[in-house]
Amino acid sequence: MAGLGRFGAGAFVAPALALIGLFLVFPALWTIYLGMTDYRLTGLQAVDPSFVGLDNYEQILGDPAFWRSLRLTLVFVLASGIVGQSLLGFAIAWALRRLTGWLKSVVETLVLAAWVIPASVASFLWIALLDRRGGTLNEILGTQGTAWLIEHPMAMIIIFNIWVGTAFSMLLFSSALASVPPSQLESARMAGASGWQQLRDVVIPNIRGHILTNTLLITLWTFNTFTPYLVTAGGPNGASEILAVYIYNTAIPGGQLGVGAAISLIMLLINLVIALGYLRVGRARAARPAEATAAETAGGAATS
Amino acid sequence: MVHRTRRLTAALASLTALGLVAACSSGGDGGGGDDGGAVTLTITANAISGGKNAAEADWIRDWVIPEFQAAQSEAGRDVTVEFLEEGVDDEDYKTKIALDLQSGEGADIIGIDGIWVGEFAEAGYIMPLSEVGGDAVDSWEGWDQMSDAVQSAMSFEDQRYGVPQGADGRVLYYNKELFAQAGLPEDWQPTSWEEVLEAGRSLAGIDGVIPIQLNAGTAMGEATTMQGVLPLLAGTGSEVYSDGMWNGATQGLRDALELYATIYAEEGLGDPILQQEAAGRDNSFAQFAAGEIGILLEGDYFWRSVINPDESIGTAPMANRDEIVGYTLIPAQEPGSGVEGRDFVSMGGGTGRVLNPNSENPELAWELLAFMNSAEAYSERVAGTVSITPRDDVNAEVLAGDPMLSFVSENVLPINSYRPGLAAYPQVSVALQEATAAVVDGTSPDEAAEAYEQALIGIVGEENVASGDG
Repeated sequence: MAGLGRFGAGAFVAPALALIGLFLVFPALWTIYLGMTDYRLTGLQAVDPSFVGLDNYEQILGDPAFWRSLRLTLVFVLASGIVGQSLLGFAIAWALRRLTGWLKSVVETLVLAAWVIPASVASFLWIALLDRRGGTLNEILGTQGTAWLIEHPMAMIIIFNIWVGTAFSMLLFSSALASVPPSQLESARMAGASGWQQLRDVVIPNIRGHILTNTLLITLWTFNTFTPYLVTAGGPNGASEILAVYIYNTAIPGGQLGVGAAISLIMLLINLVIALGYLRVGRARAARPAEATAAETAGGAATS
Repeated sequence: MVHRTRRLTAALASLTALGLVAACSSGGDGGGGDDGGAVTLTITANAISGGKNAAEADWIRDWVIPEFQAAQSEAGRDVTVEFLEEGVDDEDYKTKIALDLQSGEGADIIGIDGIWVGEFAEAGYIMPLSEVGGDAVDSWEGWDQMSDAVQSAMSFEDQRYGVPQGADGRVLYYNKELFAQAGLPEDWQPTSWEEVLEAGRSLAGIDGVIPIQLNAGTAMGEATTMQGVLPLLAGTGSEVYSDGMWNGATQGLRDALELYATIYAEEGLGDPILQQEAAGRDNSFAQFAAGEIGILLEGDYFWRSVINPDESIGTAPMANRDEIVGYTLIPAQEPGSGVEGRDFVSMGGGTGRVLNPNSENPELAWELLAFMNSAEAYSERVAGTVSITPRDDVNAEVLAGDPMLSFVSENVLPINSYRPGLAAYPQVSVALQEATAAVVDGTSPDEAAEAYEQALIGIVGEENVASGDG
């Protein structure tokens, strides 16, 4: 703050604070308010919503559809995010680490393409792939008439999301693996460590910070993603209705804007808990000097 | 994707904010409203050239717009009319225009389903026609040509909110070729549900054929209610709403759901997966056109706009429609068991067009709407594809040329039942769809009916629900 003074510093920060206030704090407060009304998209309550206190929350928490949605979301985050994207991303990065030249480029490009293709296009491709009549997968497997999106909706959106999001983990772990000191690996090899032992005792301790960052980001993204809606629309009969889709279906097509806002707030709180949990783990790590470097590297990778 | 929740909340919040701002100002599309200046009017409808309701879209684009613009320019006014085409599921279309109207935007003339009138009117999204369009509305010649039943489709609390654009009815369609293969009569008139099931059992012997397609589940939306639950309910003699009360788990509803259970869960006469597909209704159309469905409950829309042999009109054209496709009245559960002791039943819907209260040129918009509903416009509208118009004068001329629509006009419209024109109806409709979805999924009809009654209490309040008569 030297040379600027309190006022000068404040002036510099003011625009950012104003933006945060306008686009983050205000909507959050507004959501809290809306969540306590019976506001609807149409009908009398659209013009004249009344304050209903915590009725919406009572309704939501007593609604089996909410709990099913929450359960589906947890399965979705665990299977497609934490296990699927992270493990597959790491496996690809590990397999590619010593490759160079065109093969590496080809694999990386393919994985990245899945990430870069606009969601609407990607979901259309998947619908075409999985279609019951004349879908590509059915043609290949000879399973004509199998309605993958109806019979296995959760499995399909999990695979879809792994396909979409693996690129991020791959990129992050690629740069993380590059930061493992070669001398340590070399010594381990000289001491006769097997591939698995090198991975467990040299690589993972070195990239622990990256793993933490990756897991947090993937968890938050997967928790909040709406893209599966484009593939299954939450159907059939809510069998793939993860939380973001559940909110949309309740608030917009269902017209219950007040209830939708209340669920949004619940979702916001869950997000906060996840983020705080991560911060706590991160701080605990930073307090231990031996691993501080790794954590810093992770922070650097995450913001770049 | 990082801030999906925040974005959603932000979107919801800003929508609300827009709604509030728009309520204070006078929003709306279009150019300047000054006389003499160029004026733009917009029309929107769930119709699109080459897709859904193509005939209507082509008519608006190729006839209404040029004719109206020419007439206006003769009168010395520079008017441009734009048509915003949509070709999506009715539920998605409804969401879009509700958001448009809520934010004070939207086209000057909007095509809507009659059943949305109540909830839109209560929300203040639409207003009585004469309040928007001025005195010219009540003195319009067209009202004398439209029966009260037709006008009621676009009315709410005895006020006209829009101009209806037709009348319709529901029948059972059947494939005569498949019937011949199964040894069933070409000229078929079942008199009870059991006879329909019997025909379905005979059809079940043919490979690759779905004997009976009866719409179910939430993915089909209002089609499930209109072409499924409600005609069945009418056939049991009960109604979804009667004597000022919503009816809960009545015996009629249990019987209707029992029929779903028989068709889908117990005897496999229908394809339960088709009921859950996102594009299930369109797929059912395509399969019927391909000769893979024996019996289908649908409205006359299906005949006019779906299996119409004209490929520029039908979304699933059948070249030999007139020879192969039979149609017959929907029987009541038992002869005489229908509403008002009827032997056969049907449901009447009705769509129409409303004026946007946010319009900058409401009187001119009314002029355009009246023009679209003139006898001349309807004669032009039905020239390529006959449909039952709301106007008696036009119907008298055109229906004679189409045996199917004459059949609907003479035999089906008189036995039509109508949906309650109440704001709560669309939510009740969803609860009915959920009940059928549960039954198709294996839940017992009794359980599904009880769940429906609970849902109904949640929607309209316990004091407005007449509990089941069981």
